Amino acid sequence: MSTHKGRGEFVDDIPGIRRILKNNSRIAVVGLSANWYRPSYFAAKYLKDHGYRIFPVNPKYSTILDLPCYPDLHSIPEPIDVVDLFQRSERVEPFVEQAIEIGTRVIWMQLGVVNDTATKRAIESGIDVVMDRCMKIEHARLFGGLNLFGVTTGIISSHRPETLRQGSDRQ
Amino acid sequence: MSDRKFGVETLCLHAGQLPDASTGARAVPIYQTAAYVFDDADHAASLFNLQTFGNVYSRLMNPTNAVLEERIATLENGRGGLALGSGMAAQMVALLTLLENGDELVAASTLYGGSYSQFDVTFRRMGIDTRFVNPDDPENFRRAITPATRALYAETIGNPLNNVLDIQAVADIAHDAGIPLVIDNTFATPYLCRPIDHGADIVVHSATKFIGGHGTSIGGLLIDSGKFPWDNGNFPSMTEPSAGYHGVRFHETFGDFGYVMKARMETLRTLGPSLSPFNAFLFLQGLETLPVRMDRHNSNALDVARHLQAHPYVEWVKYPGLENSPYFDLASRYLPKGAGGIMTFGIRGGRDAGVRFIESVQFLSHLANVGDAKTLVIHPASTTHRQLSDEDQIKAGVSGDMIRISVGLESIEDILWDLDQALSSACG
Repeated sequence: MSTHKGRGEFVDDIPGIRRILKNNSRIAVVGLSANWYRPSYFAAKYLKDHGYRIFPVNPKYSTILDLPCYPDLHSIPEPIDVVDLFQRSERVEPFVEQAIEIGTRVIWMQLGVVNDTATKRAIESGIDVVMDRCMKIEHARLFGGLNLFGVTTGIISSHRPETLRQGSDRQ
Repeated sequence: MSDRKFGVETLCLHAGQLPDASTGARAVPIYQTAAYVFDDADHAASLFNLQTFGNVYSRLMNPTNAVLEERIATLENGRGGLALGSGMAAQMVALLTLLENGDELVAASTLYGGSYSQFDVTFRRMGIDTRFVNPDDPENFRRAITPATRALYAETIGNPLNNVLDIQAVADIAHDAGIPLVIDNTFATPYLCRPIDHGADIVVHSATKFIGGHGTSIGGLLIDSGKFPWDNGNFPSMTEPSAGYHGVRFHETFGDFGYVMKARMETLRTLGPSLSPFNAFLFLQGLETLPVRMDRHNSNALDVARHLQAHPYVEWVKYPGLENSPYFDLASRYLPKGAGGIMTFGIRGGRDAGVRFIESVQFLSHLANVGDAKTLVIHPASTTHRQLSDEDQIKAGVSGDMIRISVGLESIEDILWDLDQALSSACG
């Protein structure tokens, strides 16, 4: 189990998303595809390259990104900080139940994934929820990268940019 | 919690830029480099596959240009921006990202002459047909749409007719047909009008004009609203694996900035009309003062328009900020801060008097540009629109007696003095 839980909040602002990305490093990616051109693969590869520990969850595969792939959240032998859901909106609820059972701190529903019932259930269980956002895009938005492609970040600041590479020896 | 919504003046100074990470430089550095080192082979592969965001080659992206791109996208209330080598390049890239051989475009007939020629000659040669319609009645756009139409195109303020578009009405017609509305917002700038707020899906600019503001640099900008539903069945090149970029599905992979990514990674990458980072720097300098400059352009232009309207040697004045303009109501709705710096007037004595006027001005500059800090004058029939036939000139609203003025930031008394003395020389 995680050493400390989430706050049970719906997180939708820059300070909140920044906090989640900084304070959590073990990510279970539910519905991760092994096809290199699928968005889930893009996101997981990006997060792995930026120092996060990725735990693929997909019963169809045994390995993805040279990592062991698990059939469900319960099969992962380590505590998980973030459950990142690449699932159709109407199919997320069983995974939210599993996420609650394994004691994750954050449930992150990807861009296009919206489920208010699941969100309410997670928040009542003390889990932070991010919805309808891409974890890769948010990391690149708040810690650099997205700005290089002219995409709006919403950041207005007179301070040098903060970079973030989880658990890294490479700057 | 939600994040603060900053005002337009703040965004003109800050959007898209943080102090330089390594040096702390507060101004935007000019990254005058063609290419960028890779950390290792896997990093290079991730960059080429677009699995990570980073710099590869300045034809595709450059950190100075990226500040300009994010700033203009923020100012236009869009999702992403792309800097191009000219306004014409921005228009071309915006449309060639959507259109292919056999597709059609419906465009306002009152466009800038160069835009008209790009569609009427160059695009037609590529198998893309444009139907030109009078934009005063938005229904003209609907009537010209066929099953092959893939976009509507118009200017917020027409050049040189100074007609104002009912953007929302044309956007509604585009969306009824499942296609995007592309707006050239050059004359208005995002300070006076944000077409995306009125339903436009894509905005383009000649940054050469008010954005640069000082007549120093050629450049263009493209802004993706992030709102168009590209998966509606009409745009398979947005949803199917890209033949132009490694099989990436732009809409699925990049969501609400898929269009601008396709514009960058397919159209800009293969056609190549990139903006120099030095010019991007000059446009950023211009954007910092856009609001104060536009306020003065507005007030000087309104003074000039009222002065000319009362002048004995002037037959007519077309400026949408004048109460007797047929576009005054549209200007009040779409340009509430002012109708911009550009107007046309008819000189008594026709074409010959027009030429004499142009040759008599003392410090007003006779040249083919608008949106400079300096006041500019031109006789469109003999210059910007001369490549059009007489019939197409009339359709574009260009008459022999027409003078176009881009009112600058000089002392208003001096601008009026030079106009008066040149009118007297031409007509007295």
